[in-house]
Amino acid sequence: MRTSRIRLMAGGIVLVLGAAACGGSSSGGGGGGSSNSGGASAPGVTSTTVTIGSTQPLTGPAAPGYSEIAPAANAYFQYINAAGGINGRKIIYKYVDDAYDPSKTVTQTKKLILQDKVFGIFNALGTPTHEQVIDFLNQSKVPDLFVASGCQCWDDPSGHPYTFGWQTDYVVEGKILGDYIKKHFPGKKIAYFYQDDDFGKDGVKGLDMEIPAGQVVTKQSYQVTNPNIAAQVQKIAASKADVVVSFTIPAFTALLKLNSLKVGFNPQLVVSNVGSDPLTLSGLLETYAKQGGATVKGNELIQGIITDAYLSTPGDPSNSWIQLFKKIHDQYDAKAPFDGNVLYGMAVAYTFAQALQAAGQNPTRDGIVAAVEKGIAQGPGTVPFRFSSSSHAGFEGAQIGTIKGTVIQLSGKPMTTDDGSGAVQEFTGTQPTAPSNGIPTG
Amino acid sequence: MADRDLWISRSTLLRHALFTLVGLVLALAVCKAIDDAHAFEYVQIPAYACTAIGLTLLTGMSGQISLGQGAFMMVGAYTFALLWPKWTTDPNLTMIAAFACAMAVSAVFGALVGVAAARLRGPYLAGATLALAVGLPSITEYEHLSNHLKGNQGLSLPILVSPGFFSDTQWSLVVGVLCVIVLLFLTANLVRSRVGRSMRAVRDDEIAASLGGLSVPSVQVLAFVISAAWAGLGGALLALANSNASPNAFGLSVSLAVLAAVVIGGLGSLTGAVIGSIVVVMLNQTWAQDLASHLSISSAKVANNMYLVIYGVLLAVAMLIAPGGVMGILRRIFGFAVPRQRAAEQ
Amino acid sequence: MFRFVNLALGGVSNGMIYGAVALSLVMIWRSTRIVNFAQGGMLMFTTFIAWDLVQVHGVNYWAALVVAIISGLILGGVSERVLVRPVETGPPLNAVIVTLGLLIFLQGLAGMIWGNSQAHSYPPAYDFRGYTVGSKHLLFAPNDLYIVIAVAVVVVLLWLLFQRTPLGLRMRASAFSPEVSRLLGVRVGRLLTLGWALSAGVGALAGVLAAGTQPGYVLPQGPFDALLVYGFTAAVIGGLDSPLGAVVGGVSLGVLLSWADSYISNNIEPLYAFVILIAVLMVRPNGLFSRAAARRV
Repeated sequence: MRTSRIRLMAGGIVLVLGAAACGGSSSGGGGGGSSNSGGASAPGVTSTTVTIGSTQPLTGPAAPGYSEIAPAANAYFQYINAAGGINGRKIIYKYVDDAYDPSKTVTQTKKLILQDKVFGIFNALGTPTHEQVIDFLNQSKVPDLFVASGCQCWDDPSGHPYTFGWQTDYVVEGKILGDYIKKHFPGKKIAYFYQDDDFGKDGVKGLDMEIPAGQVVTKQSYQVTNPNIAAQVQKIAASKADVVVSFTIPAFTALLKLNSLKVGFNPQLVVSNVGSDPLTLSGLLETYAKQGGATVKGNELIQGIITDAYLSTPGDPSNSWIQLFKKIHDQYDAKAPFDGNVLYGMAVAYTFAQALQAAGQNPTRDGIVAAVEKGIAQGPGTVPFRFSSSSHAGFEGAQIGTIKGTVIQLSGKPMTTDDGSGAVQEFTGTQPTAPSNGIPTG
Repeated sequence: MADRDLWISRSTLLRHALFTLVGLVLALAVCKAIDDAHAFEYVQIPAYACTAIGLTLLTGMSGQISLGQGAFMMVGAYTFALLWPKWTTDPNLTMIAAFACAMAVSAVFGALVGVAAARLRGPYLAGATLALAVGLPSITEYEHLSNHLKGNQGLSLPILVSPGFFSDTQWSLVVGVLCVIVLLFLTANLVRSRVGRSMRAVRDDEIAASLGGLSVPSVQVLAFVISAAWAGLGGALLALANSNASPNAFGLSVSLAVLAAVVIGGLGSLTGAVIGSIVVVMLNQTWAQDLASHLSISSAKVANNMYLVIYGVLLAVAMLIAPGGVMGILRRIFGFAVPRQRAAEQ
Repeated sequence: MFRFVNLALGGVSNGMIYGAVALSLVMIWRSTRIVNFAQGGMLMFTTFIAWDLVQVHGVNYWAALVVAIISGLILGGVSERVLVRPVETGPPLNAVIVTLGLLIFLQGLAGMIWGNSQAHSYPPAYDFRGYTVGSKHLLFAPNDLYIVIAVAVVVVLLWLLFQRTPLGLRMRASAFSPEVSRLLGVRVGRLLTLGWALSAGVGALAGVLAAGTQPGYVLPQGPFDALLVYGFTAAVIGGLDSPLGAVVGGVSLGVLLSWADSYISNNIEPLYAFVILIAVLMVRPNGLFSRAAARRV
């Protein structure tokens, strides 16, 4: 008799919860139900607003630095919303935390699409994280624009027609850095240090295409959840490399530097754009500066790091884009430092504004995808975009720079290349000037 | 006594079977009624429930404290993720086979851990299983295995397609609920059987049990094996729900969440395990955030950590004020209707 | 050969930190027969308080360390009195659950106060660059020497307290035989609270020492889980009853891990701890240094 009562209770509880669930939802029955609101052209679009969503590492190992990107993008949107928005619509940006944890990304993305019914996903961050959701997004025909990651996997127009990259992909970046190392460090010993996933591995692929194999003395990798990299650094030090080229996120660039100092190893560091933001690195290393032999400030430990950039940097305050973004930053995002992450956020938001404008008066999901495929003008980049119906990759290349003080100083000319066997070439075009009100002109 | 009772209370198996059927129909009706926008939120509940049922057996019935169920879940999840996508004919049928494999591999692993831990008691066992929970996820990062296990990125799983009547998301929920019902049926029978009695005997007094002829280590290892198998199924369900099997999803916090589910629901009670799982998952997913917006908390750091604070307090307080968990509270309210579980209440 | 010895040296300072965590676990175990699973959370919280003072308010390292230890004393004492006292005498599962609840609560609270998004770095007290002997770089730096000395000093002070003072005698008596001690007029409850307070103070020191070893260490859900596991493993190696064993266990663990990281792989370090733990427990379930009193009938 007792067990039967338990069963009854169990059944009753299930029923009650089911009723609660039904009561909580707006439409019973299977399927997604009606998703449009108020005579608009697509989900997430009303006559006065467009709502987009994103998953970001607001907490977790990738949060240092990267957590500034979405608020910066939002600052740009608020700035242009104040001027009327795009085609009469304000952009509402809903970004949620996935802690750089692939298992959380799926739930968060589904929430954005199924519950919040956003128009599209914008600038979702992370290679391992976003890879989990591109199938779902493409199956659901949701625009997946300007993923914040340089993986080649976003450039797949036939398999994933709704997904677009934005930043220079890691193979291209590897080739450009590799080309520079080949030309400026001939005959020297080179070591690689990279994140053991598609981000790091793609970078290594690019490096290997340019750097002669005989120069590479060791390749060490790390896992993003394990900050104890002493063993790898000891092995790199033991290889007596002159140059260490790293595809690392900021926390691990800092760890690389610190562990190198510990063992008395001081090579030339060449760091991927992803992990070289000077203000972020200073923040991590400053407390170690004094005990690390630096006599002035924390950023002494990062001087002379070679890196690359596909956007103009704060090292050039006369640049029209830097001035525009600084103005927006001071007004809408003043608590954050004005660093590479903030620039990134605003630049990609500008690109979205360009795409939305090109999508016309009544933007639809398929419409905005077609608009991007027609090509997007260069904007704040140092190189053009590669968007077309056959390519969903973003920037074509990057420019080499060096950390001086608290900024990256760009040098030489921007370089472009493909992710195949194409040569690394100089880009001879010029960067357009920023529109004064921040709204794209076309 | 047997002659005076109804036929239905004479046969445990029949009784359980009938109510399983009733529960099944109710559950399926509920699943059909939930819309997609909410279904995917609930999809993790069965995963935790399966594991919690196993932990109830291990800790409640058999008295062995385990903080490492997350590790068994991980073994099941990875087994499932390595096998299922490769078997491309009729995904729904192969899914059942993949579940069985996940449970089998986890069971073997559970046997190994059970044997190693057979001499450990109380806090030593807790500490050893804690070390397992923290240690096992790192195996995916081992260089020589990272090509197969893909390190921190984890393994991807395709989306499960419904065979009809239910939408895809609802179908995931149905699969989970079916697994929970099957496990409830099996475990309820086990509890009433000789095996269950021997587990309780060992839990209550090891010396008396061994004097009575029971092999204490065998019983304890069996409890580990079964709870590991159930956790393996839970892990496979979680991987299915997330379309991904990665080490972060099976860290220490998951093991603690399962333990919390069992404690909050009421240690030793199978229904309690299910209720506790619902509470823990919903708290994490929505309730804490809803509370934060209700209280108009705009600070992200406060809102995002709200669920940890609530759940930590619940856990500590449950032990101090309501050690019987939700089932204990229900018993106090409804008196006779909810029977006292023969659980670890001393 | 040099590499082998150098790696061992490199593991010593980490080992002393594990030993300190182990010591705090041992102190609580000896007094209340409970393993404090919240230890990782407590030392994380006190390290955050110290970090806040040092980084945000520019307080000097030593003052912050003292504040961290004092916060630890308070946190430990309050936890015992409020949360643990009711479950001290019950089944072990209850105490495990309460301490786990406290752990989760502290993680959430730290996140609420200090946020989870910035990686905070804690300054080391001394130079962290290894000593150089001739042309060789040792994996041992002035900061590591400081860590070793700090933990050694604490061990000596605690030994003096327990073995040479009347208070220490009363504390040992309360742990060994609470009923008899009560009969003799010892305020057992207060001494248990003191035991927890001291333990958390030691843990706070371990946290601050550990934080200065790498950038980005100080995150609410950071490496403190692993620190608890390593501390527990060290305590088990030495025997949960033995303070000296705790430190010896810690150093042994630190050295073993350093070798395993370099010769095998450093990505599976927590797994080594598990394997070592199980191996020790299978051979000597009560630890290597324990004087195992048979607790069964």
